[in-house]
Amino acid sequence: MADTATAPATGPGHPAPVAEATGISKRFGATVALRDARISIAAGESHALVGRNGAGKSTLVSILTGLQQPDTGSLRFSGAPAPAFGDIDAWRSRVACVYQRSTIIGELTVAENLFLNRQSAAAVQPIRWKQLRLRAEELLSEYGVAVDPAARARDLTVEQRQFVEIARALSFGARFIILDEPTAKLDARGIGRLFDKLGDLQRQGVAFLFISHHLQEVYDLCTTVTVYRDAAHILTAPVAELGHHQLVEAMTGESASSGTVLVSRPPAARTGAEELLAIDGLTLSGACRELSLSVRSGEVVGLAGATASGNVRVGEAVAGLHRAEGGRISVGGRVVRTGSVPSALAAGVGLVPEERHLQGLVNNRSVAENATLTVTDQLGPFGTVLPARTRTFARRMIRDLDIKTPSATTPVSALSGGNQQKVVVARAMATDPHVLVAIRPTNGVDVKSKEFLLGRIRQVADDGKAALIVSDELDDLRVCDRVVVMFHGRVVAEFDHGWKDEHVVAAMEGVGTTAAYTASGTDKHGR
Amino acid sequence: MSATTDLTEPAASAAEPAAAADVARRRVDLGRFRELSLIPAVLVLMLIGFIVSPAFLTADNLIGVLQQSTELSLLVLATALILICGRMDLSLESTIGVAPVIAVWLVLPSSGGRFTGLGLFPDWMAVPLCLLVGAAIGAFNGFLILKLRLNGFIVTLGALTMLRGLQIALSEGQSIVELPSSFTYLGKASWLGVPAAIWICVVLFAAGGSALAWLRHGRALYAIGGNAEAARTAGIRVDRIVWAVLVLGGLLAAFAGILYSGHYGSISATQGSGWIFQVFAATVIGGVSLNGGKGSVFGALTGVLTLQLVVNVMTLAGVPPLWNQFLNGAIIIVALIVSRFASGEKQE
Repeated sequence: MADTATAPATGPGHPAPVAEATGISKRFGATVALRDARISIAAGESHALVGRNGAGKSTLVSILTGLQQPDTGSLRFSGAPAPAFGDIDAWRSRVACVYQRSTIIGELTVAENLFLNRQSAAAVQPIRWKQLRLRAEELLSEYGVAVDPAARARDLTVEQRQFVEIARALSFGARFIILDEPTAKLDARGIGRLFDKLGDLQRQGVAFLFISHHLQEVYDLCTTVTVYRDAAHILTAPVAELGHHQLVEAMTGESASSGTVLVSRPPAARTGAEELLAIDGLTLSGACRELSLSVRSGEVVGLAGATASGNVRVGEAVAGLHRAEGGRISVGGRVVRTGSVPSALAAGVGLVPEERHLQGLVNNRSVAENATLTVTDQLGPFGTVLPARTRTFARRMIRDLDIKTPSATTPVSALSGGNQQKVVVARAMATDPHVLVAIRPTNGVDVKSKEFLLGRIRQVADDGKAALIVSDELDDLRVCDRVVVMFHGRVVAEFDHGWKDEHVVAAMEGVGTTAAYTASGTDKHGR
Repeated sequence: MSATTDLTEPAASAAEPAAAADVARRRVDLGRFRELSLIPAVLVLMLIGFIVSPAFLTADNLIGVLQQSTELSLLVLATALILICGRMDLSLESTIGVAPVIAVWLVLPSSGGRFTGLGLFPDWMAVPLCLLVGAAIGAFNGFLILKLRLNGFIVTLGALTMLRGLQIALSEGQSIVELPSSFTYLGKASWLGVPAAIWICVVLFAAGGSALAWLRHGRALYAIGGNAEAARTAGIRVDRIVWAVLVLGGLLAAFAGILYSGHYGSISATQGSGWIFQVFAATVIGGVSLNGGKGSVFGALTGVLTLQLVVNVMTLAGVPPLWNQFLNGAIIIVALIVSRFASGEKQE
């Protein structure tokens, strides 16, 4: 198997690659999603595609599966040109895909999900349910999936659903399957079983394109790896010849380690400082287990982790968005009732939420209204909100955070991404919080606003408060005094100021922390 | 059934799948029971009716209840189909009135009668025209919702008001009593001692139920209502099917209009007015989800029967008719609570 993988896929003596894309470019408005990208997957190969967020992986997947048309470039499957755009059946017979988002319909049975829209031979022919169930049984046993075909799909576990999706994807006859972050929602044992299954399929000659944020999985499963960065192809190499450091370097780029250091401040003598945020043995279902963390006055702590690590949920739990199964969160010595936003607000937690459009902003309302949403009780007596006071308050915040807006009454949707984010941060700081929780605070924000926002968060801590930055962006983490890294619901590493990019990325991707990785896995099943 | 011939081999080859299938059958049965959750309620109502009045359990009374359910049940059938694929159509209650009026207006002569029509078509065209108008209303709603991407709730709310207004304008606010005999036949006729309308409803419900259970396009409604994006990736032409369902809904409402006009021998100006609340209530207590992807037409039918039986039993028990509306509302809420806890599922 390693032979086929290491051999140049396009070599003359070898069969044509199952999928080959060359010179693919794709733009969405002003953003370039892919720039002259290429990839080639040999028959029977397990090929990994890695890259940080925004590297163009998802766009490549939708182009390879025929959901989007590339602006330029050509696509070939087993040597033949790709089917016409829109011919879903033809695409599916060449490439199968298990998408990040589930395409299983919960109310229908497993059998029906497997044969959706092809339950019977012709549209007018009645469906023979018994036969359909037998066909489903046959298909599931062919791929060794132990699922009852008559069960309702929503009663299945995430893992079983994933297997059903894989079986369905392959039932169209494709010998090439794309798995877009298939492990993101699985626990360690589920991942183990998924890998066993994939190994079996590979022995049957199925080729994979495996997309994952967890580099260890790439080493475990794949023979070849392709790295994308900033919408472009960086390298393709056999996994065995590429060390962890080289791989991480390829993903982050050389420039990352020499990036702008925003703050170079000697760590304060913080051991004596007051503990403002204390998380004690916090357990959140599906996110983390027995997690403890403390942030002292004057400190900015980074809580790093990849997509499914649970770090975002922990941040949100501090702000009262999730109820804890166990453990305590206290702010400034006061225990916060978990799952209660008012309690968290009263204790002095400010939150910059992850998705500013979903959780942060009321889009068609003015900058002033958005910025003062958390402090309406300070804007007038007896529950009234006085326009004059709102304006004064908003003006102060606009000045304070350097928000570029024509006026305080401009709808917030008219601002640029960076300035919208500043409004969100302004709102979080309006209550003058003891603890500022910022989740991906610079998500989709330009470089200048980014520096400003991070500097402003730093300033919160310098004023004697505390800040917790929840992010997987290295630039966000660089302002922190301390970076705590989570992986699969566990703290796996902690870095003091002056850490190296590779180390943090490696910890986030679960490389080199195998011990912690398996430990968290077994623990999860101990429940 | 006869489908197993080519598949007996794999089934016989392993004992384990057979066991799995056994489990499966049991689970499917449970699923079916969920759709029958109102049957006990119907039986209890019939028992109460039997105790309350000797007149209840007579053929005349029961047929009367069914006859009165026919028009409502056709709207419920339409609403069930539309709700299952995750949409809503409020304008059905106006279609039931406006479609007959337009058809009759096109057919009746322009002079001589109390109601002056255009006389453009022969008398026998009244029924086809009425159905055509219903389908056209569904198609129009579909155009606004699916092509222009307008909000379905508000679009059909607008259509409800607009069509009601059109009916009043055309009929000058009067009931139309001079109907062509072809138009009143189905609502009046009796086949084998049972009103034709009942036979027709039974046939339509059987057809609708079978299509949802055994046809690919019927199953597609569940897929679309459950997860439209997943349905699209499975190759289902989501918009086309939803549009077809909206047209079918209009068609059924127009047909209900024909039965109703025939039954009462006239088209009243308020025909169908305010029905949509009853229709939605019957559909939802019958187990169809407002969020789509769940329910069956049979369940919806039991919903209609429950509501109609309550009214009948109340009448026979001598409850003053002035209390009917109150009791109707109360029974809807009680039925919802019962089905919430019987099925154990949140209704959101």
